[in-house]
Amino acid sequence: MLTKRIIPCLDIHDKKVTKGVKFQNNVILGDPVEMAARYYEDGCDELVFYDITASAQGRPIDIEMVKEVAKAVRIPFAVGGGIRSIEDMSRVLLAGAEKVSVNSLAVVNPNIITQGAKAFGNQCIVLGMDPLAVNDLEKFPSGYEITTRGFRNHTGIDALEWAKKAEALGAGEIVVNSVDADGTREGFELKLTGLIAQNVGIPVVASGGAGSSAHLATVFNEAHADAAIIAGMIHTGDYTIPQIKQELIEQGIPIRHTW
Amino acid sequence: MIAIIDYKAGNLTSVELAFNTLGINVEITDSPEKILNADKVIFPGVGAAGSAMQSLNQLGLVDIIKTVVKKYIPFLGICLGTQIIFDNLEENNGVNGIGIIPGNVPRFNPSSKFDKVPQMGWNAVKQTKKHQIFNGIEDNSEFYFVHSYYPEPSDKSMIIGTTDYADTTFASAITKNSLVATQFHPEKSGKIGLKLLQNFIDWNPDINDTNH
Repeated sequence: MLTKRIIPCLDIHDKKVTKGVKFQNNVILGDPVEMAARYYEDGCDELVFYDITASAQGRPIDIEMVKEVAKAVRIPFAVGGGIRSIEDMSRVLLAGAEKVSVNSLAVVNPNIITQGAKAFGNQCIVLGMDPLAVNDLEKFPSGYEITTRGFRNHTGIDALEWAKKAEALGAGEIVVNSVDADGTREGFELKLTGLIAQNVGIPVVASGGAGSSAHLATVFNEAHADAAIIAGMIHTGDYTIPQIKQELIEQGIPIRHTW
Repeated sequence: MIAIIDYKAGNLTSVELAFNTLGINVEITDSPEKILNADKVIFPGVGAAGSAMQSLNQLGLVDIIKTVVKKYIPFLGICLGTQIIFDNLEENNGVNGIGIIPGNVPRFNPSSKFDKVPQMGWNAVKQTKKHQIFNGIEDNSEFYFVHSYYPEPSDKSMIIGTTDYADTTFASAITKNSLVATQFHPEKSGKIGLKLLQNFIDWNPDINDTNH
C-alpha cells in the first residue's frame, strides 16, 4: 500500500530556515542543510524548500544551497520560490532537486506548467497554491480564492477551478497551502483539501496548520490528502518525526516504517 | 568503471550523487565504447517513453544495450530504464521498447478516485524471490516510486519483488541473468536504497546459476 508522506517544509530567508505565522513575523530557526540532514536521518519521506524572499527580491533561487541539500539527503525534495522560467527549473533540477514548485508564476503565466511538464515530465512540476477563505460564493464556488505573494495579492481565481486547470495543464502534484491555517498549528484546512483531492487525479499535499499527530491523521483520513507538510511542530522540537510516525502507525494509517 | 547511460531522459544528478555517497565513482556517458567496456551499467530514466526511445535510437544505443545484456555485463534498470527494456509500452499511444524483456508496460487504471496517477511516494516491495540485491534489506521495506505505468513481464519467474497499487500487484523488481531492473528509485530511497545500490555493485552474477 502506498504510504502517506510526511514532508517537513523549510522556509529559507537569507540562507537560514525561518518560520512565520500567516506568512508574517518570521523568526530564524537554523541552517537549512543541517536541518535537512537531521530530518532525513529522522525518517521524513520528502522535503520541501521555499526561498521565501527570492520572488519578492527578484533574484534567482539559491542554487548553492540546493546543491548542498542534494549532497546531504538521499530522498526526494522539492524547491520553490524564485522560479521564473524553464531555465530556472532546469538549474534547480540539475542541482539535484526532484521537483520544482511554481505558485505566483503559474498564476501569471499558466503555460509554464505545460512547458515544464513537457521538458522535465509531469512528476517534476508541483503547483503550489495559497487559497484564502472568502464569502463571495457566486464568484468563488469553492469558497476559496487564490492569493499570491503571501496573500497580499488577490487573483480573482477560484481555488478548485485553479486546481483542475493546473492538472489539465500538466502539473504532477498540488500543494494546498491554506493562508488561513498557515502557522496557526490548529489543524489543516480540511474542506478545500478534501474538495481538491476528490476532484483531481494527481496527488494532493495538505499544507498549513499542522500542530499535532492528530491533525495529520485527520487530514489523511477525512480530506484524503496524499501527503502533509509540517513545519513549526518539528522545528520547535515539540514533536519528532519518529514520534509522529509512531502515533500515525498506531492509528492504522499507512506510513513508511523503515529507513 | 561503472557507466550510467545518458540518453537525455531525465536527470541523472541524484543517481550520480547516490553512488558518490557510497564512495563509488561513476561515469555518465553516451559513448558506446565506454558502455561496452564498463564493469557494470546503470540505465536510469524518467519522463516520456516516446522521446526516450527516440533519443536512444538517435544515439545508436539500442543495440549497445542489447549487447551489454548479451555479454552478461551486470545491468541495473531504474524506473523508465526498466520499462523501456520491455517489448511494448502503452505510453504515448504505444511505443516499441528495446525488447530485452518480453511483456507489456500498461497504465494504472484505478477504480478509486483517491488512488492517484502517478503513484508518487513510498510503497512496500515484497521480496517474492531471494536475490543478492536484497541482501540485508528487510522484506516489505518501502522504496520511492514515481510512475504512471508499470512493468508486466510475460515470464512471471523473472519477478523478484512485487508492489500493490491501484488494485494491481505489479512487478516492482525483476531479474534475468545478469540484469536487474526496478520500477522504484533506489537512488532516492534513503539508506535502504543505498544498500540496494551497494548490493548491485557487489553482485557477481554467476550466469550458470541463474533462473534464465
